[in-house]
Amino acid sequence: MTEATQTNGAHGEEPSRRDFIYIATGGTLAVGGAFTIWPFIDQMNPAADVLALASTEVNISELEEGQEITVIYRESPHFVRRRTAAEVESARDVNVASLPDRDARNFNLGDGAPATDENRSALTAEIAEGVEIDDALRASLLVTSANCTHLGCVPTEGAGDYNAWFCPCHGSHYDTSGRIRRGPAPENLSIPIMTFISASVLRLG
Amino acid sequence: MSGPSTYEPKTGFTKWLDARLPIVRLGWDSFVDFPTPRNLNYWYTFGGILSVCLVIQIITGIVLAMHYVPHIDHAFASVQRIDRDVNFGWLIRSIHAVGASMFFLAVYMHIFRGLYYGSYKAPRELLWILGVVIYLLMMAAAFLGYVLPWGQMSYWGAMVITNLLGAFPIIGGPITEWLWGGFSVGNATLNRFFSLHYLIPFLIAGVVALHIWALHVPGNNNPTGIEVKSNRDTLPFHPYYTSKDGFAIALFMVIFAFFVFYWPDALGHSDNFIPADPLVTPALIVPEWYLLPFYAILRAVPDKLGGVLLMFGSIGILFVLPWLDTSKVRSMRYRPLARWFFGFFVIACLGLGWAGAELPDTLVPGLGALGVDFLLLGRVLTVYYFAYFLVILPLLGFVEKPSERPASIEASVLGGSSKSAPAAAPAE
Repeated sequence: MTEATQTNGAHGEEPSRRDFIYIATGGTLAVGGAFTIWPFIDQMNPAADVLALASTEVNISELEEGQEITVIYRESPHFVRRRTAAEVESARDVNVASLPDRDARNFNLGDGAPATDENRSALTAEIAEGVEIDDALRASLLVTSANCTHLGCVPTEGAGDYNAWFCPCHGSHYDTSGRIRRGPAPENLSIPIMTFISASVLRLG
Repeated sequence: MSGPSTYEPKTGFTKWLDARLPIVRLGWDSFVDFPTPRNLNYWYTFGGILSVCLVIQIITGIVLAMHYVPHIDHAFASVQRIDRDVNFGWLIRSIHAVGASMFFLAVYMHIFRGLYYGSYKAPRELLWILGVVIYLLMMAAAFLGYVLPWGQMSYWGAMVITNLLGAFPIIGGPITEWLWGGFSVGNATLNRFFSLHYLIPFLIAGVVALHIWALHVPGNNNPTGIEVKSNRDTLPFHPYYTSKDGFAIALFMVIFAFFVFYWPDALGHSDNFIPADPLVTPALIVPEWYLLPFYAILRAVPDKLGGVLLMFGSIGILFVLPWLDTSKVRSMRYRPLARWFFGFFVIACLGLGWAGAELPDTLVPGLGALGVDFLLLGRVLTVYYFAYFLVILPLLGFVEKPSERPASIEASVLGGSSKSAPAAAPAE
């Protein structure tokens, strides 16, 4: 260390070589520490095999009007319901502005799409090339997550104020479009990415 | 309180050891000769009881881990196998499961004792805070352990609690997926919960060591809340408190054994004998009894994030309690108003536990005619819970006139004033 740098360091006018070494050491430790810690944090995220299972195919040809099945998609249950005309109509009659959650919560649409029944039904699903499918059938199909947006319980079918889904855990009521209407749940039941890969098979994810 | 050490090694080996690793001296100074206020009552035995509980949980837990399989396809069956096929598995699993409840029973007695006698006040703030850290770790361990049998309550308890984190804006979603290791509670979740459940008791043991260290600097508080002034105020820990703690531990073990042998499932939930089913939620999801008050606080708020924040806040507030209580008098024995509010506080905690166990819409027996349901009861008691810490304790220090306190610990035991009786008779 030269006399000049020592003098400068002592008077605090210019950074000395020692200051530089401190900062360089500290910086290396911080960056190196972050690189060391990251693998230990990231290992908890979904593994490659879990991510690889991220789509589910649903046969919709045997679904009767008014019938509902529950399928597992990405480890979570999802409702697939072919709604009756009355159910669709009552869902369409709702003024979106009056809803607790006005967002469609539909991964087929972007954020901020209004929560109309059209925006929630399978009308928003992609149709693979060359597949012919009836519009009325698409409008009647509703696929939603079966985990209540409050704390994740599975709502019971055909119950609650709207005769659609009712979550027994903390009393959230959903309507025939899977939209939250009353209770502590903050959001509408979410709608996964959907594609009609044939006239009878709907792929989730 | 830690005065000069009185340990004198007598044999050649202990002299040799003492010069190299004075571990016998540490034990002697901490648990044999340690000067302890002579007036500690049975409420002060729960510290010793809790140490025993921790050891029991660690030993039985290590044994159970030799037979348990942390996989969603085998976990439920492996627990049944422990109960039915493993030699004495029924006994060891029962001790572990009942032990969790006993641990919490003891810790609640210990915490209420600290609240009543003002054990959180200076110079014991850090001792108290370390205690709250232990309590938080205990809750984490209990929650993780409850998931392992992979019954319906295990699964849905895990679902509800992990979903609480989803309440936080933006980071909520990624954090829950990170915690699950998937898109829902699944095998990855069970596996890591097992790993963490095994880890936490050792963390607790570490913090307990700090807790005892922090206790041994100022020494024990006592029912009068008066500091030790002379060695006439104290007794050596052994044999006086080893025997008192030992007697209390024996009584506690009787209750423990009653549940283990005669009523092992009383403190659990029957739904947990149904294997976990991600497609069906039980009609009534409740946590274990010792977490019910916090569950009631969570439900008291109609907003999801608000409920989560209030629930965490109800424990977080304990960290700052030493600075919320403004009274200069430690023990509520000499605080005529505070002891009433404390009594109501205990009742509020029990009432919150009751509210947490019932459906929110159910009417409260006896109050149903007034239209009081458990949701309303939970809300009223939640308000009192927070008011006790945020309004009552801060204000009481200014308005309350404390009653007369004895001159010393010795005087409180032997009567009269220690100053006028210099040659006081021995305690017994």
